Amino acid sequence: MVPFAGWEMPVQYEGVIAEHRAVRADAGMFDVSHMGELEVEGPTARDLLQSMLSNDVDRLSVGGAQYTLLTNEAGGIIDDLIVYRLDEHRYLIVANASNTDAVHDWLKEHELRGSDVRDVSHEYALLAVQGPKVREKLGLPAAAAFTWAMGELDGVEVMINRTGYTGEDGVELGCMADDAVGLWDAILARGVTPAGLGARDTLRLEVCYPLHGNDIGPQWDAISSGLGWACALDTDFTGVERLREIKEHGPEQKLVPFRMTEKAIPRQGMAIAAGDGRGEVTSGSLSPMLDVGIGMGYVPAAASRAGSELVIDVRGKPRRAEVSKKPLYKKES
Amino acid sequence: MAATESYPDDLKYHPEHDWARVDGDEAVLGVTWFAQDALGELVHFEPPDVGAIVAKDGSYGEVESVKAVSELVSPLSGEVLEVNQQVVDAPETVNDDPYGDGWLIRIRLTNPEERDQLLDVAGYRDVLNEGSA
Repeated sequence: MVPFAGWEMPVQYEGVIAEHRAVRADAGMFDVSHMGELEVEGPTARDLLQSMLSNDVDRLSVGGAQYTLLTNEAGGIIDDLIVYRLDEHRYLIVANASNTDAVHDWLKEHELRGSDVRDVSHEYALLAVQGPKVREKLGLPAAAAFTWAMGELDGVEVMINRTGYTGEDGVELGCMADDAVGLWDAILARGVTPAGLGARDTLRLEVCYPLHGNDIGPQWDAISSGLGWACALDTDFTGVERLREIKEHGPEQKLVPFRMTEKAIPRQGMAIAAGDGRGEVTSGSLSPMLDVGIGMGYVPAAASRAGSELVIDVRGKPRRAEVSKKPLYKKES
Repeated sequence: MAATESYPDDLKYHPEHDWARVDGDEAVLGVTWFAQDALGELVHFEPPDVGAIVAKDGSYGEVESVKAVSELVSPLSGEVLEVNQQVVDAPETVNDDPYGDGWLIRIRLTNPEERDQLLDVAGYRDVLNEGSA
């Protein structure tokens, strides 16, 4: 167990690689109750979210979910979020644990007459159950990604979200905090492998999902971070003017995925040489599926094209890598 | 499958969780069961070059698990004669058999008397017990 944003979190149960493979081939479960939940409610809730969040909240209907960003004036990312529309005037925001207070305070400061922002993190638990066998093991019907519905699983009332952080089919189940242990045990009894933070990190890295605090943050604008697709630049939100400029002129540096072409494992903070330019590794690991070192990092835009050669400074030793397309790992179909 | 905990009594130990099997003026080096267990499944072994000189208490390479990097500390001084290619190709061999197939390098000792400064198995177990106390 390790301390993480004020929570005691398991890094691994049986081992990172075994847990990683269980999620890719079968079904794994992560306790992600540390993640923050905010409820935004009221007749002007939509207006508040539309003016604060990067994506177009009007494209979100009741029963839907949307990936979006809370941005600062420079277009930097305060947090990346998933917003669920609960009903006409009520939204649920799932935020990263260490940013929940910042997101809450930011929204609270900008609260409009007729909108109410509440931190409900401690009322709910969240279990991410991910992998190709999840629906079969949990007895759930197929549903579109980024949708949600209420349901019942082994006697527990759950919000079944078709979202995740692994690149696999699966669900994230929200329940009342008091029901969480019972739900966890019931899902284990259905033959799902418990998995820790370690596997969560390697799984998301293989499919190039950025981790806030590593790959994205307030110091990098959303366009450079490759999240322009989650920014509706035709709407008004904090930092949108700056993002429009960056989009028009092209970012100076870009967050890119890469794989090592020499035997080595990149790690966060290592320097990257890309031609005459320099960059930095923001996430790195061994890929359990590809069995090579993989990572993400910022490089000059000129070196961001897939196939560009990078040299990573691995504790003093230069090791070659190559910019890849997203995702780094894709299931053979 | 991972090995069960053991510390053979024919080995010399370094408190940084490295072992040496001394044979005449040569020694085979590796890491202890405790070290591989603390690191988890090893996924990379960065070996020294054959012919490189390693110094007692100095770093001669690195092993990495998915989440961690650990320097390898040489219990003895010498010249690298051989690197275990099986571990380069399949680092998890160290987890399976840390004292057998999971050896890391073989060296020619340049200062064989250094062995007298190393711990025997009882001394190393004391180090482990202090660490957990």
